Amino acid sequence: MNQLPKPNSFRAGPDEDGRFGIFGGRFVAETLMPLILDLQDEWSKAKNDPTFKAELEGLGAHYIGRPSPLYFAERLTAELGGAKIYFKREELNHTGSHKINNCIGQILLAKRMGKTRIIAETGAGQHGVASATVAARFGLPCVVYMGATDVERQAPNVFRMKLLGAEVRPVTAGNGTLKDAMNEALRDWVTNVHSTYYLIGTAAGPHPYPEMVRDFQAVIGQEAKEQILAAEGRLPDLVIAAVGGGSNAIGIFHPFLDDEDVKIVGVEAGGKGLDGDEHCASITAGSPGVLHGNRTYLLQDGDGQIKEGHSISAGLDYPGIGPEHAWLNDVGRVEYVPIMDHEALEAFQTLTRLEGIIPALEPSHALAEVVKRAPKMGKDEIILMNLSGRGDKDIFTVGKILGMGQ
Amino acid sequence: MEQRFADVAAEGRPVLVTYFMGGDPDFETSLAIMQALPKAGADVIELGVPFSDPMADGPAIQLAGQRALKAGQTLAKTLELARRFRTEDQRTPIVLMGYYNPIYIYGVERFLNDAVEAGVDGLIVVDLPPEMDDELCIPALEKGISFIRLATPTTDDRRLPKVLENTSGFVYYVSMTGITGSALPDPSLIAGAVARIKSHTKLPVCVGFGVKTAEHARVIGASADGVVVGTAIVNQIASSLTEEGRVTEATVPGVEALIRGLSAGVRAARLAAAE
Repeated sequence: MNQLPKPNSFRAGPDEDGRFGIFGGRFVAETLMPLILDLQDEWSKAKNDPTFKAELEGLGAHYIGRPSPLYFAERLTAELGGAKIYFKREELNHTGSHKINNCIGQILLAKRMGKTRIIAETGAGQHGVASATVAARFGLPCVVYMGATDVERQAPNVFRMKLLGAEVRPVTAGNGTLKDAMNEALRDWVTNVHSTYYLIGTAAGPHPYPEMVRDFQAVIGQEAKEQILAAEGRLPDLVIAAVGGGSNAIGIFHPFLDDEDVKIVGVEAGGKGLDGDEHCASITAGSPGVLHGNRTYLLQDGDGQIKEGHSISAGLDYPGIGPEHAWLNDVGRVEYVPIMDHEALEAFQTLTRLEGIIPALEPSHALAEVVKRAPKMGKDEIILMNLSGRGDKDIFTVGKILGMGQ
Repeated sequence: MEQRFADVAAEGRPVLVTYFMGGDPDFETSLAIMQALPKAGADVIELGVPFSDPMADGPAIQLAGQRALKAGQTLAKTLELARRFRTEDQRTPIVLMGYYNPIYIYGVERFLNDAVEAGVDGLIVVDLPPEMDDELCIPALEKGISFIRLATPTTDDRRLPKVLENTSGFVYYVSMTGITGSALPDPSLIAGAVARIKSHTKLPVCVGFGVKTAEHARVIGASADGVVVGTAIVNQIASSLTEEGRVTEATVPGVEALIRGLSAGVRAARLAAAE
């Protein structure tokens, strides 16, 4: 890939057509265009509206529990013997992950637009739970599309969604994972355009979703920046986050993009290795293509058919990535690396035993990269990692793999 | 394509546009189906290009695409279908219909050159709205290939001019919001919608999504310049296959019989309108 010229700012995108370089855009059926344009109008108004901002901040503080803590992982740091490791503890948010930040923002928009029904797609179920939660909070019916495979491996979250009053519709097409759930949610939206708001869970899809979701998630990086300055008096040397669609990652990265001395690393799901098809490393092993409303890096064959990825983590099991990440890769601002299933699993156990924090399998990928890098860094250096979700939903999957009997 | 619409209009009836999925259930059978369509009364052929993630299609067309992909169908082989068809039939317009990614990966310029060479007359690319015209629509028009756009009930008068701006060949009115193959709406609503679109353009307006029987074709044909049938054909093919999805002796004749019926429907349409 040719390196593109360095822009004046890495935070200026997207342009008015929703593009980050060649990535992004609005590749949707005509039926959806008027809705997407309406959403863009409403979003432009809302983001400059002090009432909207106040409402968002109020719910952030009193419903989500913001700001989330910045935590110095003392024992993990000592164990690895290198850089000081800090976690941005998004797993302590209401519903257990960063997903709620975006859901609160979008449901406020849905209400402003007069929509009466919410649909969402989910992989690990974290976004489904967050969507079902805000739908309950605002009294709107909610349908969550979830791949049948994921329904099985994320059973606790399915139960939570149902308790919250959402209807969970299992999707059997394809491999029954996140990609298939997103196709089905788009079909629902095309059919129910007038009443329905599609609450996309990641920083991908047609413009304005990638920008909007990023802006709702950027609170993570904004808080972390203030918190690390308060704790250490300086910015971190390295910021790390796991990337599936990439909303938690863009949320923590974005406020640091123009800080030249901060190195930024996104961790993709390497699955069982990049040699075969059993991974979800869209950037490190994919190529640019068009899917789900945007141009981005995709796992695909030579005919442009989309492949089914694999990851131990349902939340990373998506053959694409948000368009801003694709651009940040091509301009060389962020480095993207793969972490294998077994490495994530080891990191999961390390954190659980050393810090008494059970992480979700998604941030366990980021953690595995921290485990690799921290020992090679100086003791005066600082790593900031987004601990984007808690692992309660994964304990059965992990227990099964580790052979922990009843 | 303009010629075909003009010729059919001179006969005083609407055009019958037929969609099927290239490569479903296999290459040779779909070639036989394609060759049978005009003989049974189809005026324009929409040749589906299979895609792994058809976001705007219902279960029938999704499954047809999966069958085709499983049988090894690709964009290159779909162009080959058109090329083979053209050796026998130089007149029936061929419109490729699908999603953008296979074309993008094939390479836009290479694709357009090969499509012209294969005798393709038009394109319908579901996920390329007017906002994305620089991608494929403008380059296609420069090569003399029509770019046919979908208009929907959500395409209001404010948006119609934008949708129609670079549209050529015909306008494909999707008669309901929703995925392909859903239930048919009220005929009087369709007549109103066709009149609304015609007030913005001189292009023929074809109506699709939901046309299953000769009676549907007759009713819609009373107000539209053309009737598009897709899901019904795909369902007819699917119902003729073995459990493993293989072709049977009933596959091609089944499609022929269906098209003959629909063709009688469109031929009765203007008679109905005059009543």
